[in-house]
Amino acid sequence: MQTSVEIAGGKVQSPSLLLSNRARLRQRIAAVLGNGFLLAVTSFSMLAVLFIFIFIARDALPFFQHNGLREFFTSTHWYPSAGEPEFGALAMFFGSAIVTFGAILVAVPLGIAAAVCLSDVIPFALRQFVKPIIEMLAAIPSVAYGFFALVVFAPLLQQQGGHLLAVAVWIIGLPSAVLVIIVLSDVAGDRLSDRFQSWARWGIIIILGSGALFGLMVIGKSLSALRIASGTNAFNVSIILGIMALPTIVSVSEDALQSVGRELREGSYALGATRAETIVKIVLPAARSGILAAVILGVMRAIGETMVVWMASGNASQIPQPWYNMLDPVRTLTATIAGDMGEADQVTGSSRYHVLFAMAFCLLVFSFVCNLVSERFIRRSRQKAGG
Amino acid sequence: MKKIIAATTAAMLMGIGAATAGDANKIVVDGSTTVGPIAKAFAEYYMGKHPDVNITVSESGSGNGAKSLINAACDVATMSRPMKNSEKDAAKSAGVLPIEHIVAMDGIAMVVHESNPLQGLTIEQIRDVYTGKITNWKELGGPDRPIVAISRDTNSGTYETFETMVMKNAKIAGKTEYVGSNGAIRQRVLSTEGAIGYVGLAFREGVKALKVNGIEATPETVVAKTYPIARPLYMYTNGRPKQDTPLYDFITLSDSPEGKKIIEDTGFVPVK
Repeated sequence: MQTSVEIAGGKVQSPSLLLSNRARLRQRIAAVLGNGFLLAVTSFSMLAVLFIFIFIARDALPFFQHNGLREFFTSTHWYPSAGEPEFGALAMFFGSAIVTFGAILVAVPLGIAAAVCLSDVIPFALRQFVKPIIEMLAAIPSVAYGFFALVVFAPLLQQQGGHLLAVAVWIIGLPSAVLVIIVLSDVAGDRLSDRFQSWARWGIIIILGSGALFGLMVIGKSLSALRIASGTNAFNVSIILGIMALPTIVSVSEDALQSVGRELREGSYALGATRAETIVKIVLPAARSGILAAVILGVMRAIGETMVVWMASGNASQIPQPWYNMLDPVRTLTATIAGDMGEADQVTGSSRYHVLFAMAFCLLVFSFVCNLVSERFIRRSRQKAGG
Repeated sequence: MKKIIAATTAAMLMGIGAATAGDANKIVVDGSTTVGPIAKAFAEYYMGKHPDVNITVSESGSGNGAKSLINAACDVATMSRPMKNSEKDAAKSAGVLPIEHIVAMDGIAMVVHESNPLQGLTIEQIRDVYTGKITNWKELGGPDRPIVAISRDTNSGTYETFETMVMKNAKIAGKTEYVGSNGAIRQRVLSTEGAIGYVGLAFREGVKALKVNGIEATPETVVAKTYPIARPLYMYTNGRPKQDTPLYDFITLSDSPEGKKIIEDTGFVPVK
């Protein structure tokens, strides 16, 4: 483009700053095309979501029309290939739920603790180094996790399961017991007059401490005697899924903690609060909705995972006895879809084919709802941070 | 997935029309999911040697294989059971003469952990283990240890064989674990003291194969049909294939040393 600006004589003349009609037209067309293209791409991904819903619903509906809702949601008898097939998916719903619940039990305390540590405890330079490493957990393919669960973790549980559980109880139980006892003795000590204070404090510490130690020893001993018959069970998968959900939870809740901002923290310190008080009473409540969103994203990661559960959950379509027995094998919705797809006849469109779509539809609805809820929480936390 | 591809290729071939049954350089194979892997391996091997021959293999089940042969929609019907009289009658009235070829024997070994002192079980005991009636090895004369019963996924031909030959009409208990391959069963049994599983004969290394009804699971007992969980696998053709045609070569591949090796590699037992 040629621009000539003539300043001499006070006359400003710039003919090429004004576009010719043709150039203007060309630009208009290019703008319309560009916008149209971007719109098309965006709506394509939206349409993809819509079409996934439509197609899965279309193949799921015949199952419900043909077999009704009752058996699918209330029976645990899963015999899709029998002469008189039975399609009870209750055990699968239960399996998905318990495995996800277990994963959350593992991932949420660890994830939130790690996020707090990253955002408020360790120096910034170290955080820049540690966070990418935690996020690398998300890059490991799930079949690698599954292989580990099946070949390393399952045999380990079978051979050393009881001792492993006992050690885990000690590792979790001891620090929490110490914390609770310190807080209790502080609270109780405050209410007494100065003269008895230190006596009372030590008394409480000794009584509660020995009680806790005794309890841990009893539990640890009974767990050590436990023999796990099959290492591919809900417990195994819960641990692995928890580790897999960890990077999501750490990353998203750390972002939420960061967005709380310096002012709140400094205000809290200025009022004389310690770092622990600031984290527990100021930062965590302020970041609550962001952390909730992180937990929901973690739930979705765990419930949608297929390869690990197919390899290491045992795939037994039963509700364990008693139901909270995590050491029994279970079967999840995702693993059932993956495992039964091959034999399901898509040509004749049998019930055996449609039932898998019915499961997929339930999963889709669940994750859709989760997504909406987490979206909402994330938006709320942004608003809070902004306003 | 394999099935979808196979089904679409079959459908495409039918769409093309005349090319299905009859063309000497095209062989269409349809039928059992158990025999499918052998037919596929044969097809791969044969097409590698004769690039001008085109072989498609579908797995729609033994019954559908027989139907396809009767309707002249395929040249070879693979079946994991002999043809029923009703199917033979239907073939006769359609002008098709089904000729039986036994390509291989399918034997299923019951495997347990090496440390398991048990030597053998009866078919009835195996059935009781899988229906959940027997839950501890002590009930079978072994140590006091819970039984971890492991089954193949319902997709597999091995599952189908087990279901028809051992379970009969009984249903496998809900607590039974399912895994995706012969190798995965071996892996689980190898590392689990209380486990019992069933695998193709080729997957017995490192685990202990039990005698069934007092008979050891070996290729010899399977071929001699004394081992109870064994059955012949069939390919049916319309009439005896003429010598020196690709179809003849394909069917008789199971008698050649290469064919026998392929059969062993796919986990089955060659006939002779």
